[in-house]
Amino acid sequence: MSATSEPGRMNSEEADVTNEPLVEAPADTVAGEVVLRLTDVVKTFPGVRALDGVQLEVRAGEVHCLLGQNGAGKSTLIKVLAGVHRPDSGEVVWRGEPAAFANPQAAMRAGIATIYQELDLVEDLSVAENAFLGHEPRRLGFVRRGHMARRTRQILARLGHPEIPPGRLVRHLPAAGKQIVSMARALSHEARLIIMDEPSAVLAHDEVGNLFRIIRELTAQGIAVIYISHRLEEIREIGDRVTVLKDGRTTAANLPARETPTRDLVSRMTGRTIEYVFPDRPADDPAGAELLRVEGLTRHGEFADVSLDVRAGEIVGIAGLVGSGRSELLETIYGARRAEAGTVRMGGRALRPGSVGAAVKAGMGMAPEERKSQALLLGEPIYRNVTLATFGRYARLGFTDAGRERAAADRIAAALELRPRDVRRPVRTLSGGNQQKVVVGRWLLGDTRLLLLDEPTRGVDVGARAELYQVIRELAARGVGVLLVSSEVPEVLGLADRVLVMREGRVVREAPAGELDENTVLDLVMAGSLMEGAPA
Amino acid sequence: MSDTTPTAAPERAAGLPAQSPPVDPAETAKADARPGLSWWSGDRGEGAKRNLGLLATLVVLVVIGILTRPDLYGDASWVWGNTLTILKLASVVGVVTVGMTFVIIGGGIDLSVGAIVAIAGVWSTTLATQSYGAGGMIFSALTVGLAVGVINGLLISYGRLVPFIATLAMMVAARGLAAEISDKQTQVSNESFINGIATTKLLGIPLLVYILAAVVAAGWVLLNRTTFGRRTVAVGGNPEAARLAGIDVRRHTVLLYALSGLCCGIAAIMLTAQATSAQAAMANLYELDAIAAAIIGGTLLSGGRGTIIGSLLGVIIFSTITNLFAINGLSTEAQNMVKGGIIVVAVLVQQVQFRSLTQFLARNRATTT
Ligand SMILES: Nc1ncnc2c1ncn2[C@@H]1O[C@H](COP(=O)(O)OP(=O)(O)OP(=O)(O)O)[C@@H](O)[C@H]1O
Ligand SMILES: [Mg+2]
Repeated sequence: MSATSEPGRMNSEEADVTNEPLVEAPADTVAGEVVLRLTDVVKTFPGVRALDGVQLEVRAGEVHCLLGQNGAGKSTLIKVLAGVHRPDSGEVVWRGEPAAFANPQAAMRAGIATIYQELDLVEDLSVAENAFLGHEPRRLGFVRRGHMARRTRQILARLGHPEIPPGRLVRHLPAAGKQIVSMARALSHEARLIIMDEPSAVLAHDEVGNLFRIIRELTAQGIAVIYISHRLEEIREIGDRVTVLKDGRTTAANLPARETPTRDLVSRMTGRTIEYVFPDRPADDPAGAELLRVEGLTRHGEFADVSLDVRAGEIVGIAGLVGSGRSELLETIYGARRAEAGTVRMGGRALRPGSVGAAVKAGMGMAPEERKSQALLLGEPIYRNVTLATFGRYARLGFTDAGRERAAADRIAAALELRPRDVRRPVRTLSGGNQQKVVVGRWLLGDTRLLLLDEPTRGVDVGARAELYQVIRELAARGVGVLLVSSEVPEVLGLADRVLVMREGRVVREAPAGELDENTVLDLVMAGSLMEGAPA
Repeated sequence: MSDTTPTAAPERAAGLPAQSPPVDPAETAKADARPGLSWWSGDRGEGAKRNLGLLATLVVLVVIGILTRPDLYGDASWVWGNTLTILKLASVVGVVTVGMTFVIIGGGIDLSVGAIVAIAGVWSTTLATQSYGAGGMIFSALTVGLAVGVINGLLISYGRLVPFIATLAMMVAARGLAAEISDKQTQVSNESFINGIATTKLLGIPLLVYILAAVVAAGWVLLNRTTFGRRTVAVGGNPEAARLAGIDVRRHTVLLYALSGLCCGIAAIMLTAQATSAQAAMANLYELDAIAAAIIGGTLLSGGRGTIIGSLLGVIIFSTITNLFAINGLSTEAQNMVKGGIIVVAVLVQQVQFRSLTQFLARNRATTT
């Protein structure tokens, strides 16, 4: 996927944007100078060696990419840098001096700002309060609210989101909006190093372009960026050098980001070669009887008059920008939101609106968009999270059977390459990508007939992603219908049999995946009036 | 529990390699025996660790007793008798606390438990009810408790009232109704079977203690071994995730408050038996005792985590303190101050949290070496 920034998207608001630099450029930064050096850093958790001797060298003004499978230790590494974890051993040299940050505040004061993989916003504070959390501008002990709101508005405008009101509670923002706010927080500091842990995972295509534009501005000022992503195309586009982690160890350092062949990168990450391909579609038309029929579904301000159908054994993909109403549509079909108009039928029978129970009983399952707030019991063991929707089936007379549940979860763990494999660990201790596998894995158990997947591969690494595609394909081959929402157009096109394109809450195009290509879809997704007359 | 229909083979999980091997019990056992992971291998580990701390607290209290009254503790038969006294003291609040623990793990709070005990006690001792005999009294106490609990649950889950407000209102209303029914009089229980519950001993142990043991055992099984317990943890831990996984959060919330009400009904019978009477002011401040016991027992006020054994130990710690003051002839005022202090310490410990504590220790180790 090529994420070129679209000049057309940065429309009228551009005029408001002040030209003062987003982050004060540190005066004493020499471009190309090594600002950060890690030597033999080790960090263990009970039972896990998350970092097992990591080397890393970051220069001022570069975008240094970290690559590695789920659970390789990337997030742990950046948490060490951000002062969240203390390393057990090893050396961190920050701007020529050995550093040991006692807490995140210390790291921030030293000039390291971090955008974490798991959002760490306070839901009941406003956007501005979150952006300046812990370093509110003050005068005589009082927070300068006006000043804070102004600065926040500025930063948001530079991030391409002048429409987010600084006073809005974060709770009321969609996932992508929250990601923007956590980026705004990182940019509200005077940072010399900005760490971004999978920032693009929750961003739509055009927003990634925006992000890259900002990264280029930052690096032009001599600020170093550590960038983590599972999308190799992004690393090719924005990265300067790449360090690869595998099982907590540096397996390759300072590779050139553009020239290193993909094969090399993947084999250093995984120890094997993976052809990043989608499973073949079955030759004959696989789709059977109609499973789901949605007619005229409407929720004011979210989506309007959406009609679609999914047949047994068919994978239907929905492409669209974040905010085009995709997730809301999925949740409404599932009964988690109540439709204002329209019907949802499963196998010909209308479902009671606004009832998840009815949808589940009819054979639906949904992997929601936000794993932490919508899907996981973080303190509970992995197996209990995997069986959260099915534990009743393993029970006899209301008595749970932990042994059978663990065995079932074990098989899910094996099929999705969950690491670590021990399903009795609390989900909280899993890496982000592995938590995502738990969310999707939940619905691979039991007899789900229609699977609603909202960004199923968010944060999942290259290898596991291929496994997941394979699993979804096999499900379809067994007659399960799949409705897939993804921000990654290639994923929709590669996996789905049929594609719906949504824009601003409406379906603007429906076609077999074979008839569409990436650029057509991107045009449809973003274009304004141009495509208004397109066949729906 | 609705989903008890035995499904043929849920493992026939879609999407898994068709040749997925059948469950090998030996392999599961092997996995269980894996070394080095035991302390966090599930919820039990952390809970057990906390419960050890509670046991230690209990030991300290006993040692204080021995130090302050060595004369009494020299007498083995007194020690046995005193132990039974403590357990008997714990029995009524203990039963209420089991219900409270479920409510709190499920993300709620029940401030009306004391009032429910009172109204159940008063209802079952009216002359009209007593005319139906002991069976009628027990039935009406349990039914009234259950019914009030269901009303709480309906107000909270379908009326969308905050649990704190709904049960606070119920606390006031139920006491008022109890005063109305009893005409503010003490109603004497003439039923010798009921009164006998408090005085009967089996194998030298009071029946009340057996009732507590039975309720605790049932509560433990319900929480740890049934789908009801699993739903409770899910609903309290992350209601949105529970809902999207197809759990009927509202229905389950009603059941939780109903369970709490039922426990109050049982407690009402026990308390009526002890006093051979009931009145609108009975079980005063039980809500505080029960919440405090659950909290110091390690139940997270925000829901999603807690243990029955911890709650039991919490209740026993409180009744041991009461007993300690009694045998030393000290006032109840001082006793309440100590109880308050213990609650504060317990909550502080909960906030520090095990994880950050170990992190803190690790950090100190790192800086000293
Ligand atoms: N708090 C914790 N307690 C125990 N183990 C942990 C903890 N945090 C991380 N781990 C383990 O450390 C390892 C590295 O995790 P980390 O989050 O750094 O992976 P990652 O490279 O960021 O993966 P992803 O791509 O999925 O985000 C994993 O095995 C994980 O389970
Ligand atoms: Mg990570």
